[in-house]
Amino acid sequence: MAKTLLEMKNITKLFPGVKALDDVNLVVEEGEVHALVGENGAGKSTLMNVLSGIYGHGTYEGDILFNGELCKFKEIRDSEAKGIVIIHQELALVPYLSIGENMFLGNERGSALNVDWDATYHEADKLLRIVGLQESSRTLIKDIGVGKQQLVEIAKALGKKVKLLILDEPTASLNENDSKKLLGLIQDLQKKGVTSIMISHKLNEINYVADRITILRDGATIETLDKTVDTITEDRIIKGMVGRELTDRFPKRTPYIGDVAFAVKDWTVYHPVYTERKVVDDVSINVRKGEILGIAGLMGAGRTELVMSVFGKAYGVGIKGELEKDGKPLVLHNIYQAIREKVAYITEDRKGDGLILGSTIIDNVTLAKMSKVSKRGQIDTDLEVNVAKSYRDKLRIKCSSVQQLAGNLSGGNQQKVLLSKWMFTDPDIMILDEPTRGIDVGAKYEIYGIMNDLAAEGKSIIMISSELPEILGMCDRIYVMNEGKIVGELSHDEASQEVIMGMILSASKGA
Amino acid sequence: MEDSKLKQFTSSLGTNLSRYSMLIALVAVMVFFGVTTKNHVFLVPENVSNLILQNAYVVILAVGMLLCILTGGNIDLSVGSVVGFIGALAGQLIIVNKMNVYVAIALCLVAGILIGMWQGFWIAYISIPPFIVTLTGMLLFRGLTLVTLNGLTLSQFPASYLSLSTGFFGDFFAVSGFNLTCMLVGVAAAFIFVIMQIFGRINKVKKGYETGHFLGFLFKIIIIPAVILVIAYTLARYKGIPTVLLILSIIVLVYAYITNKTVAGRYLYALGGNQKAARLSGIDTKKVFFLAYTNMSFLAAVAALVYVAYLQSAAPTYGTGFELDAIGACFIGGASAYGGIGTVGGVLIGAIFMGVLNNGMSLNGIASDWQQIVKGLVLLFAVAFDVVSKRKTK
Repeated sequence: MAKTLLEMKNITKLFPGVKALDDVNLVVEEGEVHALVGENGAGKSTLMNVLSGIYGHGTYEGDILFNGELCKFKEIRDSEAKGIVIIHQELALVPYLSIGENMFLGNERGSALNVDWDATYHEADKLLRIVGLQESSRTLIKDIGVGKQQLVEIAKALGKKVKLLILDEPTASLNENDSKKLLGLIQDLQKKGVTSIMISHKLNEINYVADRITILRDGATIETLDKTVDTITEDRIIKGMVGRELTDRFPKRTPYIGDVAFAVKDWTVYHPVYTERKVVDDVSINVRKGEILGIAGLMGAGRTELVMSVFGKAYGVGIKGELEKDGKPLVLHNIYQAIREKVAYITEDRKGDGLILGSTIIDNVTLAKMSKVSKRGQIDTDLEVNVAKSYRDKLRIKCSSVQQLAGNLSGGNQQKVLLSKWMFTDPDIMILDEPTRGIDVGAKYEIYGIMNDLAAEGKSIIMISSELPEILGMCDRIYVMNEGKIVGELSHDEASQEVIMGMILSASKGA
Repeated sequence: MEDSKLKQFTSSLGTNLSRYSMLIALVAVMVFFGVTTKNHVFLVPENVSNLILQNAYVVILAVGMLLCILTGGNIDLSVGSVVGFIGALAGQLIIVNKMNVYVAIALCLVAGILIGMWQGFWIAYISIPPFIVTLTGMLLFRGLTLVTLNGLTLSQFPASYLSLSTGFFGDFFAVSGFNLTCMLVGVAAAFIFVIMQIFGRINKVKKGYETGHFLGFLFKIIIIPAVILVIAYTLARYKGIPTVLLILSIIVLVYAYITNKTVAGRYLYALGGNQKAARLSGIDTKKVFFLAYTNMSFLAAVAALVYVAYLQSAAPTYGTGFELDAIGACFIGGASAYGGIGTVGGVLIGAIFMGVLNNGMSLNGIASDWQQIVKGLVLLFAVAFDVVSKRKTK
């Protein structure tokens, strides 16, 4: 029997008005990969912030025992001194510094007045090899992809002599390939004696890598599952998370599919900076009324670039090709025109370029179609409030009032506000880019329900998603895209995870 | 039950207090100067009237600056030089060329708009950072001021021009020593304000909308009319309503309306809140930048016309450092240095705050070197107080 490395006992953490953690217990054994799962707001991140000292000793109740020793961390530095390192979902790397400088930031080699750069880069290179990166540590962070940055974070943790590594949603922004590499690395480190706690929404990955799984719900520990004792399936984990059996992860619907509503023909787009690079290469797709169309592909396949260039040339240069709506040719020079012609694009990055977080729900909902709530440039604020309220009720947005700031909502509710905003523009064609990224199982189900309702109203839905189960579960028809080209088209019945991955892989080989 | 009600009461009192923290600080500073100045000269009617004439330009510039700051914390460094240049232009046209006053005013305003379009063009359509474009504008228009004036000071503007800004509205009643018209206008303004507020609230309740806490509402309909009445009473005991007060009121009301109730205003806040999201919502972000900077120089021209009338002359150094007064007023008034947050009402309080400081210290006989030191520190502490009190309510 392995020895216990970490024990968090009866942890309770109060925020003004909310009990974020309620008597939570967590036991982590040495040398295991321990997964922490739960819906958004279940308290996973709060628990890890308590452990790493971000919420210092005294702000919570309960005890933390690490290596059998009672710990009272006041700040992150205290927990790091013990070998507990947390890697946050939003990476904390400085883009214009080199990998090596980042890895030893706050932990510089040499002395404070005389940094030893040779030692820095030498040690950094050694650590990079351990995590499987071949880059020189003198490369700038901005020049490497997100997947590699994630590995740099881990290498940085190794540089701090990590014993317990905490990863918060490490694969959230990675594609399947990079995710697999990362999970492999976690297992390698496990063999070298590094214990890990991993927070994730991706149940298949958890199932693959974790030895034990602790489930949190509403700030309380529900149960801890052990791979060697329990039979763990994804449905079993979901049941624990939501407190009920989700008989079906995708709401049922009977599609009524009409004529072709929107078509993109011979569409080619070049990169806005590297103007000789083709990002979208001679793509032709179409979507019918009442249809949910999926575009599958790896990250960087050109899916977002394709739909954004269609959406009033919001991306790219040298755009060539034709658009057709309801059989008539259509030219969209700018986004304003696209919205007027009833095309909507719901961005993948809802915080970065979807919502105005510092503005109210009302302001966000009406922003893309102010003409509907104004006369001669003057806003009818009463009408605006009613609009926001009707969407709040229709999509069941959980908020204290429609005057609440969008930034204070949970991810799922933010996504609903974003959907409201674009539903308000009365679109015929709705393009949803990663509509369920980073939101929990329950909220996902609701978003799928909204998409089904929209399709039932006769709208055409185009969904981009990197999660294949979602594409397979929701879409009537699927295009597979790779390296800027459409490499396959599948009906709902033909499609499977294997077929889609096969199409992508064989296309890559052929190129 | 009682306990929770009390808690609710105190917490809403707290949020209301922090919301009005700058206003309270302003009142405190005014009381301070009222007490410390010799013979309480700070609160004497003549000085209150002077305060308005002296600081009219700060209010006008600060309102324009707010729109620039809203677009994303962008400032306009050129306003001081633009004020200098338009002032010089006015002097040249009116004093030297003896042009018709109204034609000259129109020409100056057009010149202001053209200057704004020039700067707006580089900022919006060539994507040069506003800081740099307006820094070049600062040099450019100061240089043009010197060229226009040949390095000399022009005086004296004709009375027909001066009356437009530094004059006072006449009295229709012959009460000696008390301008009854001014008092009546004040009473009417206070009355209209209260009626509009009450009707607005009743309307909201009727339609089932959320209303602010009753305490905040009470605070608003008591304090603001009281301030209006006190000012009206004070001015009535001097020469009555200064013409420039009317100009200021119009500017403040119009821009408060634009920022609150129009699509254009909403776009300004959206652009500052999240530029990418604004663009993807179909907003022509370049046009919004262009208009914000065009408007800034237009208001700088208005400020210049008011300022040269106040000093009755045009000189090469006029306007130096005005940009800092305007920017300071915005930040004291609660505008965010990152854009997207700020109100005309807040900026008005900020501008008055700056003016009161200048005036009160001069009356107290503090030398201008020390005035700068005090102003710098007050600015810092005022904003720090605001930041800290906001953090607490979060």
